[in-house]
Amino acid sequence: MTMLNATDIRKSFGTREVLRGISLSAAKGDVISMIGSSGSGKSTFLRCLNFLEHPTQGQIALGGQVLACKRDRNGDQTVADPAQLRAFRARVTMVFQQFNLWSHMTARDNVMLGPIRVHGLSRAEAGERADHYLSRVGVAHRKDAYPGFLSGGEQQRVAIARALAMEPDLMLFDEPTSALDPELVGEVLRVMRSLAEEGRTMIVVTHEMNFARDVANRVVFLDQGVIAEQGCPREVLSRPQTERLQGFLAAQAA
Amino acid sequence: MFHGYLPMILDGLRVTLSVAVVSLAVACVFGLAGASAKLSHSPVLRGLAGLYTTVIRALPDLLLMLIVFYGGQILLNRVATAQGWGYMDVNAFAAGTITLGFVFGAYLTETFRGAILAIPRGQIEAGHAMGLSRGQVMRDIVIPQMVRHAIPGFTNNWLVMLKATALVSIIGLDDMVHRASLASAATREPFTFYALIGAIYLAVTTVSILVLGALNRRMSRGIRSEARA
Repeated sequence: MTMLNATDIRKSFGTREVLRGISLSAAKGDVISMIGSSGSGKSTFLRCLNFLEHPTQGQIALGGQVLACKRDRNGDQTVADPAQLRAFRARVTMVFQQFNLWSHMTARDNVMLGPIRVHGLSRAEAGERADHYLSRVGVAHRKDAYPGFLSGGEQQRVAIARALAMEPDLMLFDEPTSALDPELVGEVLRVMRSLAEEGRTMIVVTHEMNFARDVANRVVFLDQGVIAEQGCPREVLSRPQTERLQGFLAAQAA
Repeated sequence: MFHGYLPMILDGLRVTLSVAVVSLAVACVFGLAGASAKLSHSPVLRGLAGLYTTVIRALPDLLLMLIVFYGGQILLNRVATAQGWGYMDVNAFAAGTITLGFVFGAYLTETFRGAILAIPRGQIEAGHAMGLSRGQVMRDIVIPQMVRHAIPGFTNNWLVMLKATALVSIIGLDDMVHRASLASAATREPFTFYALIGAIYLAVTTVSILVLGALNRRMSRGIRSEARA
């Protein structure tokens, strides 16, 4: 069953065309990792999927329902109905490279806010849900701490709990381990691997080749704003067809 | 020691504090509107806000007060005459608080603008990304953090404004400074009364600093290694 369908996504910043027509669909349970050198457009593409970035062109549908769009003053697309976008975003949550936890709230409050505001849960219900997902990612013992007092790995796991607490259909990860000290990467990847194993649908922009190889069921290699290669990770990563991917993989291994 | 003038002076303090508090409320309205305008997408609003802060901050408060009080009086009466309403008087309290509020609104515009810009963009994005509305992002994420960033600048503006209320005695408002000048003229002991109100100003500002400092510490829970004045 197709969960997300993105068709011919294009994005220009001024005259520079960053995304030159990317189509991607994710079925339920898919774990898709997107790789590519910096500037290849992978983060921009991910941010277009939930409209944090307004695509210049293209169409996005979730569960067969198309996000209605109109043109904004820059000539980019913007959503026609903000309420539809909010409902869409509540089902497609995002984990950021810089965690982006709200620094004036405790870990638990960070996880509770979305369910309270978007799903209309009471504080007690949201608190229970928050406790559940905080222990799911292994940071229950830190629930009353403010983000500034957590390690990077703990912050990112709280951010994952925050995204999980929305009980989304699809999770987007934007380089979730790139801002972490090397010794903290493992704890975040373990959580993500366990999410994949429980059948969650995930799109992960990453530089972690081991994650792409072992956890994802599809890998997409972006180069200069287009999909240069995609397929089963073991095949694509061990027998790259294009020179660009061969070069990229060699640089990663070095 | 004060020849029985103390109650009269303390009543002047009441006037001073009411002018200050009402002016502060007016200044916060102008400040928030100004900051929103400066951060808006509309070039017209940005231009107007820029003009407001530039002009107001360039002119002495006393001059602005005289312009609003006397200029406003003339303008009001021209309009009133044209409309056949008869002579109208500008209320000194209203003129004082509106002028002070308008002037310090320009300073608060800059304070609030800086405070909003100090909030990491990603935190606002994270709110939108999980489906919160603009209003919810404003209320739950932007305003609580904006208040924290604004407190130091806000404290400064409040102190300067509290002292600037002394200017309202010029346009005939019966504040503490005005009362002290009456008492010192009557008793020929200017030092006694000016020192007295000096001590009162000091007491009020000290309490303000303590209260706002406590608020700052409360709002900064969870913030590490940031100055907690």
